[in-house]
Amino acid sequence: MNKDFTQVGRSVPRKDGPIKVKGEAIYTGDMVLPRMAYGKIKRSPYAHAIIKKIDYSKALEMPGVLAVVTGDEAPNKWGIVPQTANEVALAVGKVRFYNEGVAAVAAIDEETAEAALDLIEVEYEPLPVLTDPFESMKRANEVRIHEDAPENILHSGDQLFGDPDKAFAECTYILEREFSTSYVNHAFLEPHTSLASYDTQSGQLQLWSSTQVPHYLHTQLSIVLEMPMSKIRVTVPAVGGGFGGKGEASSSDFCAALLSRKIGRPVRIVFERSEVFATNKGRHPCHMKVKIGLDKDGYIQAVDFDNTMDGGAYAGWGIVVMFYTASMIHLPYKVPNARANVRRVYTNKPTCGAMRGLGGVQPRFAMECMLDEMAEMIGISPYELKMKNAVESGYRSVSNLHVPHTEYKKCLQTAAERSGYLEKHGKLPFGKGIGLAGGYYISGTAYTLYQSYKPHTTVLLRVDTEGGATLHCAAADIGQGCNTVMAQMAAEALGIRYEDVHVISGDTELGTFDLGSFASRLTYASGVAIKEAAKQINDKLFEVAAGMVGCRADQLEVKDCRFFSKFEPKKTIEWAKVVDVYTNSVGTLTGLGHFSPPRLKGIDLTRGKRVQGANIGHSPTFGFSCQIWEVDVDLETGKIRVDKVTEAGDCGQAVNPMSVDGQVEGSILFAMGQALYEEMKVAPDGKIINASLHDYKVPTAMELPEIDTTIVDSYDPTAPFGVKESGEGPVQPTIPAITNAIYDAIGVRFTDLPITPEKVLKALKEKREKEKSEGK
Amino acid sequence: MKQLIELTINNRVYEVPVSPKDLLADVIRDKVRLTGTKKGCGQGDCGACTVLIDGEPVLSCLTLAIACQEKKIDTIEGLVAEDGQLHPIQQAYVDHGAVQCGFCTPGMILTSKALLDRNPKPSEEEIKRGISGNICRCTGYKKIVEAIFAAGETISTAGVK
Repeated sequence: MNKDFTQVGRSVPRKDGPIKVKGEAIYTGDMVLPRMAYGKIKRSPYAHAIIKKIDYSKALEMPGVLAVVTGDEAPNKWGIVPQTANEVALAVGKVRFYNEGVAAVAAIDEETAEAALDLIEVEYEPLPVLTDPFESMKRANEVRIHEDAPENILHSGDQLFGDPDKAFAECTYILEREFSTSYVNHAFLEPHTSLASYDTQSGQLQLWSSTQVPHYLHTQLSIVLEMPMSKIRVTVPAVGGGFGGKGEASSSDFCAALLSRKIGRPVRIVFERSEVFATNKGRHPCHMKVKIGLDKDGYIQAVDFDNTMDGGAYAGWGIVVMFYTASMIHLPYKVPNARANVRRVYTNKPTCGAMRGLGGVQPRFAMECMLDEMAEMIGISPYELKMKNAVESGYRSVSNLHVPHTEYKKCLQTAAERSGYLEKHGKLPFGKGIGLAGGYYISGTAYTLYQSYKPHTTVLLRVDTEGGATLHCAAADIGQGCNTVMAQMAAEALGIRYEDVHVISGDTELGTFDLGSFASRLTYASGVAIKEAAKQINDKLFEVAAGMVGCRADQLEVKDCRFFSKFEPKKTIEWAKVVDVYTNSVGTLTGLGHFSPPRLKGIDLTRGKRVQGANIGHSPTFGFSCQIWEVDVDLETGKIRVDKVTEAGDCGQAVNPMSVDGQVEGSILFAMGQALYEEMKVAPDGKIINASLHDYKVPTAMELPEIDTTIVDSYDPTAPFGVKESGEGPVQPTIPAITNAIYDAIGVRFTDLPITPEKVLKALKEKREKEKSEGK
Repeated sequence: MKQLIELTINNRVYEVPVSPKDLLADVIRDKVRLTGTKKGCGQGDCGACTVLIDGEPVLSCLTLAIACQEKKIDTIEGLVAEDGQLHPIQQAYVDHGAVQCGFCTPGMILTSKALLDRNPKPSEEEIKRGISGNICRCTGYKKIVEAIFAAGETISTAGVK
């Protein structure tokens, strides 16, 4: 274990901090190019309708209008998952959700573009609207959302590991419960923005976009525009948050590109907030039936998981999220037998997709709450039950997930000790409560969307007199700080300071390949590639430095910008001098590193059978955490005040502890919103009735509780620099920890979200009535 | 009908052609080209467009530009000292990790400035209340509150405005 780091483990301020606080960071919407036109999208007033006719002749006649495009001009289907690609740039023949785009206009200014939308005449034949997944399945014979999905189901999956039926038959404690989660949006602050510039003479397109996934956007543009990828360049300026919502292409990207190609001048499209809600791609509402069985000693013997997911109108990330929910039941506890039956259903609502901690949040809510209840059945503390079942380093789940390293028990222990959980739980006065939940998330993996195993990340390091050290990688810094973290790791590997590493990211032409910022993959993935690239550079510099100081290269070390002999520390020379000598004689030095995640088969280890979809989530390592929430329920108003959150997380070696704390604190408030406040409300006609940040309530600073976070001592020896994720794991325990705390406070177990004051009051009333009728 | 008006932004007078319905946020961003002022919702809900008018935080996406003549408008670009040094609030945001995506940051910093100008030693509760009109989706607010607290200390010790 090498924890003798100088650059990794430093709480340095982020690289883009100063320009952001000065208001000088350039986001896509801040850019203006010469002759730039402004684009707007005409949207459907129906959630489900046949498009009979689109007439935009009057719009074209309007002075200042430059072009109009409709779906028929770009009918190629795109999709983040190629096997289920069924989206189009603009609706073709049919709209499937309220406010779906049907045409796009480019004009000399935004006002003209907006006015032109009213002159586009669209004739619709409305169809019945399905907003509920169960109704959608039931009425599939009569109303079909996609022709190729006769049951209105995108996909369903069944997984069987071991023999759950036999295991349940032998269990002492069995609990069955149903849970449902709400329809929530990422609510990142910067709306989707795209600026396309097509050069008619060279046939070259450049697109600046507020995206998390420059590479995937690149491939989707190539499909929709029918242009080779080599003719398209995607550039990511500063991005105002993503949380998964910018983890696919956006219709703003396609429309800006199509319009720009049509008129040979740059076109910029900035979404309104209502369009962010309309295009959504937020978290899937899940309706889960879960059964857990424990033996007489409290060890989990079997889990049965049934999930019906409301996917909205299109496929999006759906199939991936669906299999993730199934996959997520196998950790962070040892589950020897498991079954999952999952399905993702189409409805006439804005599509669901990836959202921070995708696939994990919903099953975690169910399982952590049920284990809390089962601990009560047995008569032990939930802490004890979770400790007893917690995974350990080297564990391999029955579904073949391998956990090389975990400090999960340390997380549980630290949070319990720091919060005084054992002293408080079950002993606080009525109305006050404390709740515990754990969680985990994948780290370094990504679903192999191509079914090929090309490296997921490539890093190019360049070292010379002119630039010092420069790191190239087309990763996207969406605010999470990957540029800073990559610079720290590169500095560590090269033996220099993080301040001296330049990072060129977010550009498919300047940066080497990267899949994008999602799935908590980047720190791990880029770390592996950085180490490999730096080694090639060090090998060459060591030879030169050795000659300069007069010792053998294998006796040298590099640290704090100096090469020195391990045995004769006086034999030393500055890093920059060695680089000078190398560059002046040989030229620029480069090193290239790659990362591919491990290739594992999703098999049932007990029977050796391959299990459908179970390769999803195969991750080189996993992050773990525990949260303990203390709440105060106002018995008069039903309002839940959070007094304190105690968190302890295993993110391996923290590259930048301040940044890790920022991820954890951000995750806590993010998931607290889904637990207590947030829900997109959909009318029977499919219209979202709270599509604004006024009516869709995200936490403000007034909701900020006291937060105590601990990065537990951890180092994954199999990971580069010992690292794991910290951006998505910490959202996992939040919802069940709050829910368990509310139970501890008022004795009511909530199973649907958000837990609003209305629901609390209703539950308290029912509880009082029940107690009265039982004569308590 | 457009008319030429004078707007005093960051102590400089700008002559800009505006129509009566033009919003201050759009004029600052699109005509004066100071793009540090952000638009996150255009409906006065998120606070990203906050500027200071006569020292008070105002949602520029709900404010008519013509109503701001003869007023002192401060945007994020005006906060840096003439020698290029960061204002103590800006420095505190950087040092305390109060910036992630940065989209709320300009509005949040200006709201912080109005708060600290009124009261350089606010309590935690006063800070939370003071910034409750500015949404940040990344940080969970904790480091922002810490940064404002630290900036208040620096300002009251050094007497910086």
